[in-house]
Amino acid sequence: MKIIKQAGFVLFIIGLSIFSGTIFTGSFSLTSSELNSFVSEKDYKSELILDELSKAVITTEELTIFEFSTRVRNAYKVSNDYYDALIARFDADKNWDKKGEQYQFKIYGKPHTLSFELAKIAGKGPIIENTGLTWFLTFGLGIIGALLFILPNLILLGKAGIKNNGVYLEASTNRGFIAWLVLVYLVSFYLLLYFMPDYVVNWTYILDPISKTLNGGLASQWFVYGFLYCIIMLVMATRMYIKYRHNKYQIIRTTSVLFFQIVFAFLIPEIMTSLNMPGYDFKNAFPLDYDFFFDWNLDSLRNSGGIGIFILVWGIVLTLIIVPVMVYFFGKRWYCSWVCGCGGLAETLGDPYRQHSDKSLNAWKLERWLIHFVLFFSLVMTLVTLYTYFTGTDSFLGINSQWIKDTYSFLIGAWFAGVIGTGFYPIFGNRVWCRFGCPLAAYLGFVQRFKSRFRITTNGGQCISCGNCSTYCEQGIDVRAYAQKGENIVRSSCVGCGICSAVCPRGVLKLENGPENGRINPTDILLGNDIDLMELINNK
Amino acid sequence: MEHIVIIGNGISGVTLARHIRKNSANEITIVSAESDYFFSRTALMYVYMGHLKFEHTQPYEPWFWMKNRINLKKGYVDRINTSKKQLVFSNGEHFSYDKLVFATGSKPNKFGWPGQDLDGVMGMYHKQDLENLEKHAPNNQVCKRAVIVGGGLIGIELAEMLHSRNIPVTFLVREASFWNGVLPTAESEMINRHIINNHIDLRLNTNLKEIKSDENGCVKSVIIEETGEEISCNVVGLTAGVSPNIDFLENSKTSAEPSRSIDTNNGILVNRFLETSIKDIYAIGDCAEQREAIGNRRVIEAVWYTGRMMGETLAQTICGNRIEYKPGHWFNSAKFFDIEYQTYGWVFGEKGRPAYENHFHWKHKDDAKCITIAYHKDTNLFLGINTFGIRMRHEIFDKWLTEKRAVNYVVEYLADANFDPEFYSLYEKEITTKFNQENGTSIESRKKSWKRIFTRA
Repeated sequence: MKIIKQAGFVLFIIGLSIFSGTIFTGSFSLTSSELNSFVSEKDYKSELILDELSKAVITTEELTIFEFSTRVRNAYKVSNDYYDALIARFDADKNWDKKGEQYQFKIYGKPHTLSFELAKIAGKGPIIENTGLTWFLTFGLGIIGALLFILPNLILLGKAGIKNNGVYLEASTNRGFIAWLVLVYLVSFYLLLYFMPDYVVNWTYILDPISKTLNGGLASQWFVYGFLYCIIMLVMATRMYIKYRHNKYQIIRTTSVLFFQIVFAFLIPEIMTSLNMPGYDFKNAFPLDYDFFFDWNLDSLRNSGGIGIFILVWGIVLTLIIVPVMVYFFGKRWYCSWVCGCGGLAETLGDPYRQHSDKSLNAWKLERWLIHFVLFFSLVMTLVTLYTYFTGTDSFLGINSQWIKDTYSFLIGAWFAGVIGTGFYPIFGNRVWCRFGCPLAAYLGFVQRFKSRFRITTNGGQCISCGNCSTYCEQGIDVRAYAQKGENIVRSSCVGCGICSAVCPRGVLKLENGPENGRINPTDILLGNDIDLMELINNK
Repeated sequence: MEHIVIIGNGISGVTLARHIRKNSANEITIVSAESDYFFSRTALMYVYMGHLKFEHTQPYEPWFWMKNRINLKKGYVDRINTSKKQLVFSNGEHFSYDKLVFATGSKPNKFGWPGQDLDGVMGMYHKQDLENLEKHAPNNQVCKRAVIVGGGLIGIELAEMLHSRNIPVTFLVREASFWNGVLPTAESEMINRHIINNHIDLRLNTNLKEIKSDENGCVKSVIIEETGEEISCNVVGLTAGVSPNIDFLENSKTSAEPSRSIDTNNGILVNRFLETSIKDIYAIGDCAEQREAIGNRRVIEAVWYTGRMMGETLAQTICGNRIEYKPGHWFNSAKFFDIEYQTYGWVFGEKGRPAYENHFHWKHKDDAKCITIAYHKDTNLFLGINTFGIRMRHEIFDKWLTEKRAVNYVVEYLADANFDPEFYSLYEKEITTKFNQENGTSIESRKKSWKRIFTRA
């Protein structure tokens, strides 16, 4: 069994290395007809860009993606610099008409995005010629290796039950060098994905055939991300199934997040795209879905006929009615650990790291400031966006609409949710984003704390203060602080993953939905002591 | 304002200190030689197993003590001068108190076995035991085999700990079946099988004769009393029960300074108010011995929960509301490898079982879940329940015991008491069917009702 496990590990590392190595393969160049049709499709007004790009990428040289990217971004810069210089000159001459004219010649969007789009046409090499084989050597080996690594646990872990043996004795799960390596890899991955997609254009080739089958188009970096997301969740869910096979709550919950990720977040939007509809994730609720009210999305929905209007109404109803009503009955767990994609990744890929969330009082203070600030930020952004959308102005309350959208997307959408939220799993725990940043979680938290039937019931006086519940709480709740006082746990941040209940060696904790009355039950003297004393002190 | 000094920072002493602080502005000092901060003794096993780090076993962050003005003093109390109301530390320091509380806990029993003080022989009770085990049994290369002597709760925990690092374990149990002084036979036998299924070499009816030393004064092997068999091993765990940790009181008696000594037996003798024979001195937790047993309870209760309850109670007395220690219905819990155990009320094993106590026993076919309900054979009064592999609600059983329900009622409403996580399979129907068959009754299991669950006694 151990040999199988080790073989699996080796295969996985080989697959991962080939996957990472593909970045450096292939050569990139364009023919003039390819470039001409690209530029005319883009409808650039710039008189320089075609020339500059021609000089840059119509070549017989074998450019790597990095050289290619540098050249394209340089062409972009030369063109924009030229018009910026003109703008500055007309500005100095106070020639406002001429100055205004120049703006149409500028190229907007991110240089790396332009480079990605061109590279998607320009790529040549072994990967494009052998997508099937490359798929097997990367995704295939990775999946097989990971499964070989995970499946022997069925026997190696022993009988069903909580087996956290060695969690704090191993470099991978105790913030050792392996954990730091994983962090570096994940952070690099997200930086490339969000900010330098052209560098990973080779990955998109591997998935082009699958993308074509699903949505009719070629794979973007987001398709790669979505596909990878599903694969990782599937593989790591098998790990969850084995580890928690004695616990039906965990089994059903894992199946649920898996279903919603694969069907709702991945397949349905892809299929909608293939049917010329706007691809929409029906479970992704605003304000987690922060660009739902962005002008481009509203325009796209308004121009998509009946389905667009349906999505618009659904999105609003989801946030305003379905989400809070469900939280009232079941707690925010129905969303955060049963449906949500971010939660889904945290509960599968992130499960080995759940013990790293900070349980200190200071962390709790930081959490409350930060998450509510992000909620506030997202609401202000949406207000500004909607106001400017309907009035046709550029700003509201002195806040420029484009600026606030860009800032939010960059700081919260990319850095917080992605780079930090997932990249920091191995060191800071698997729910950094959900705990400190997610505006939807903050909103659900209000409902859960003040108007809900959900609580974690503490079983009388049975707590022995061992600390397993607090340690394994991914949301950094000091569960024990409540349990050892005989008090139920009613906290806005609880996502109801149920692990505290699973790891408790004395059967003290149970997630349940019951009457609101008596849900919060502060006690001084615990159950089991003198009845008169309990009466005297607890009801004082 | 008085200076309350508590010796011992375990659950009893710390609970007491917290409650004194809630109710008064008295100066509080907790003295401990074991560790700087309170930790959960029951969680030591999880540190060795790698589930937790030691700091996770500490329920309060370090700032808690300063914020609540609870002074922590590290030091070993050598003797007590009750006339001058002073403690004398092993470094010679004198320390005054107005009221003194002993919460010094237990120490492992040793029965004078030859070799019992060798290197590699240890209990599993103190933080130092954990450090010692980490030294002598870091892995199965250093420790080829461990022998555990004594079949109680700590013994089986130590077996689980060593097993988690793949160290072969031989488990010597004096009794004919594991913990059968407490558990009814069928339950005890189920746990025997579970121990063996976890690859522990369980030896029932087996006593230790001696522990043999190698040339360096380390454990080399043990000899079995009954067969003379020699089992080579590197670690011996002595887990044959605990007794009150009160050796320092002997020093006080022999001290040159005259002072009245405190009445002791096996533990420090206390009355129902937890007061010792000397005014302003109290004892709580494992080290206290009741002069007269309370109900079915033992005079010395070395249990987490009772230590906590004594702390809660004594805080009232010290803060001016003199109150008797009157624990409510007995409850306890443990975990045997993967099988959780809870008990509410009284269920006796073969030994000491009253003639009036009848048992109803149900076991699941997976051999990992069972319950035993004890009831009065004449009146059908529900006396208590043991439950293995099924979690039950403390509040419900506490209520039923207070309401003096009949066994039929308990079986009928058993679903209200279930505390397993959502979606778990339920066994109330199966249990009821078996009960009906055995007793010729026709009880129908009721569905769980929130209303009943949340109505207090």
